[in-house]
Amino acid sequence: MTTREIILEAVLKNQPAATALPDVSEFKGDRTNIVQTYIDVFKTIGGAAYLVDDLVEVRNLLHENFDFTKRIVTTLPNLTDIAELVTAENDPHSFEDVEVAIIKAHFSVAENGAVWLTDELMGQRIIPFICQHLAVIIRAEDIVPTLHEAYEIIGTGDYGFGGFIGGPSKTADIEQALVLGAHGPLSMTVYMLKQ
Amino acid sequence: MTVGLFIPCYVNQFYPNAAKATLELLQKLGVDVVYPTKQTCCGQPMANSGFEHLSQGCNDLFIENFSSFDYIVGPSASCVLHIKDHLHSDKAAVKASEIRSKIYELVEFLTDVLKVEKLDASFPHKVGLHHSCHGLRGLYLSQMSELNAAPFSKPKQLLNMVKGLEQISLDRQDECCGFGGTFCVSEEAVSVKMGKDRITDHSKNGAEYITSSDLSCLMHLEGILHRNKSKVKIVHIAEILNSSL
Amino acid sequence: MKGTLNKDHAELAEAFIKDEERVDWHDGALWFIRAKRDLASKKISEWETLREAASQIKTNVLSNLHQYLLQFEENLKKNGIIVHWADNAEEHNEIVYSILKAKEITQMVKSKSMLTEECHLNEYLEERGIEVVNSDLGEYIQQIDNEPPSHIVLPCIHKRKEEIGELFHEHLGTEKGLSDPTLLARVARKHLRNIFLTRRAALTGVNFAVAETGEYVVCTNEGNADMGAHLSEVQIASMGLEKIIPQKKHLAVFLRLLARSATGQPITIYSSHYKKPRKGQEMHLILVDAGRTRQLAREDFRGSLKCIKCGSCMNTCPVYRKSGGLSYHNTISGPIGAILAPNLDMRKHADLPYASTLCGSCSNVCPVKINIHEQLYKWRQVIVKEGYAANTKALSMKAMAWTLSSPGSFTTAGKAGRWVMHNIPFVMNNKLNPWYKQRDMPEGPKESFSQWYVKNEVDNKKNNSK
Repeated sequence: MTTREIILEAVLKNQPAATALPDVSEFKGDRTNIVQTYIDVFKTIGGAAYLVDDLVEVRNLLHENFDFTKRIVTTLPNLTDIAELVTAENDPHSFEDVEVAIIKAHFSVAENGAVWLTDELMGQRIIPFICQHLAVIIRAEDIVPTLHEAYEIIGTGDYGFGGFIGGPSKTADIEQALVLGAHGPLSMTVYMLKQ
Repeated sequence: MTVGLFIPCYVNQFYPNAAKATLELLQKLGVDVVYPTKQTCCGQPMANSGFEHLSQGCNDLFIENFSSFDYIVGPSASCVLHIKDHLHSDKAAVKASEIRSKIYELVEFLTDVLKVEKLDASFPHKVGLHHSCHGLRGLYLSQMSELNAAPFSKPKQLLNMVKGLEQISLDRQDECCGFGGTFCVSEEAVSVKMGKDRITDHSKNGAEYITSSDLSCLMHLEGILHRNKSKVKIVHIAEILNSSL
Repeated sequence: MKGTLNKDHAELAEAFIKDEERVDWHDGALWFIRAKRDLASKKISEWETLREAASQIKTNVLSNLHQYLLQFEENLKKNGIIVHWADNAEEHNEIVYSILKAKEITQMVKSKSMLTEECHLNEYLEERGIEVVNSDLGEYIQQIDNEPPSHIVLPCIHKRKEEIGELFHEHLGTEKGLSDPTLLARVARKHLRNIFLTRRAALTGVNFAVAETGEYVVCTNEGNADMGAHLSEVQIASMGLEKIIPQKKHLAVFLRLLARSATGQPITIYSSHYKKPRKGQEMHLILVDAGRTRQLAREDFRGSLKCIKCGSCMNTCPVYRKSGGLSYHNTISGPIGAILAPNLDMRKHADLPYASTLCGSCSNVCPVKINIHEQLYKWRQVIVKEGYAANTKALSMKAMAWTLSSPGSFTTAGKAGRWVMHNIPFVMNNKLNPWYKQRDMPEGPKESFSQWYVKNEVDNKKNNSK
């Protein structure tokens, strides 16, 4: 018998009588002040969030917030005048010296300050993690109250990789002192377009 | 209604005043109380150590002593809980089941059965309430701090009726004192450290007395208090509720 | 390897407690995390309902595990992930080794996986010439100190920053005496960044494995799992059988509960959903039993397999906070460890269910409502029946049972005890009596309650008839 067969047989033999799954459709969030809630939560996590009118305002803020003498990459085709376009062909290791990555996300989640994005928006999977600073542009209206609504949108998902990203990377492993910037980005800034 | 008074073994031997206070308090409230003199123990020390199978002798004796009463009341949350959860008997299954449903710890008997609204008690001191774990999470005498649920507290409700008594608030509302039965000797270092930490919480918040529904907790804390020559004293809640000017 | 050979929890705890300042600091740090968890849980009005839903989902998983495993495997394969099965630690370690050997890889970077810690994977690979670096900062610190993690979420919660500074000075060449957490973290960032960039293989754990879609989720705050995975040629995920959840939408329930229970955060910074390999990358997933099917058979204890490894039971447990995770001599420590470990090795871990006062706080914070304190009680009965209780305990218990089941002997024993305490206290008040080490004995009153009652019974009868 293969190990697989041994294990499956043991599971079948030992598992108890079937019990029902609960109905989770009752769990819902509330859309009151949803954008402000997101911004407030995101700020307490250590991120920076801006509610902006348009992409022009985003460009101004980007120049204010980041050092454009360093290497800046983007996945947005309309920002290639100020940043390098990421393609799927590059070796992920080649992004080692990226200072800022400017990307889009699919939507945000108000209860936890996270954004959801999949590999199609990352250019390369490593991009949101390897950069020193992460900038995310998102439409303010693409927002849900809780993870329950989030997974309704995500569905079974047709991606190779996807993730919730909820702020700058962090650790508190040394005497519970919070340090922003563990192995991922040192900072995360979200620009929410009012449209 | 008749009430059988259940006095735990160690309360009987070492803290008879708490037992007397329980008896007197119930009588003051108009209850017909009888103390079956042949009672011994609920069997908890053995069961908690893994020797539940040896406690049948205690179970049988308990059933014999207490099955005839309308209610059974005891001034010990942990012993009452143990009977509630673990009293079984192959030969007297029905009686055992009846006992499990009619046994009460003193505080909950006063709030839930007698529905006491006022007491003629006076205890003009600063008092810290120690929630024994069995009373709190076992008998649900108060809301548990871990849960997202509406606050309530049966012992506080009764202490509020005592003239002059000031209840202090603690940094950690319901952390265990570390008695834990045989734990108190088998894990002596941890047990004492837990007791010391509870005492520090009470004394830094101004307690003159520490009270509880469980003398096992109080006995453990008292041991530490005396060893450290502390001015803080322990008192069983029955003695507070039964006290007068 | 720093170890706890042959010492039981009580001894190890006693050693830990000797440094009272450290214990107070350790205890305070973990209580603070418990308090943060409380704050976070109270922000969600449906918190208790969520816990109940999570508990029911996990109970369903355990009752349907066979079907879910088959479904998960089928979907993993559709996604292009190579699936392996390992019956025990040795087999798991062999599989990892063979994957690396096939690619001639001699260095691997690893993110947090308690399972691989249980399997002693790092030692196995090091013995075969493969270097493994733990990339989670806390686990990295423990690795360079040659000590296992003391907490499943906060691996070096027992270490002071000065000690960590000393380790960094020794291993990473930092300035002697440097202990600022931010500066130390920056040094680790630089060092580990280089590791990520140069390692061809990365291994991660699995927080949740979705049967419906054949994907798995890895939750970190540091981003180390992703840094390793997305730069690797070969990505391996090791998971225990019980990590399965049935449907994608169930992730909402678990992700809402996990980080809030663990640290009070609304979500970990990264909740990464791995589904298909990157172009040119190979992805493997190893399904591991290692005692889980044996626990699954135990009616009273299978509920422990619902665990989502949040660590909240450790944070709330006063025994854990005051004795430290390393005193449990098991990879998973604290209350959940005490109900998992006896299944793995009952002789070695017979002391763990007794390292508890059965206060019940753990069961209340558990996001999947495992009845931990009840299982601790039940394990004690099993341990005694199987003959692993200390001999002295068995004898004294039998004596106690005899005394307490007979009113006559009880009264005599009580009288004798009180007489001794009153008249010759030094018999009890000595170093051989463990109670007496740091506590005074209760005073023996002149008469017991029963004696008083019998004497005054006539008066009582008079009162009752008023």
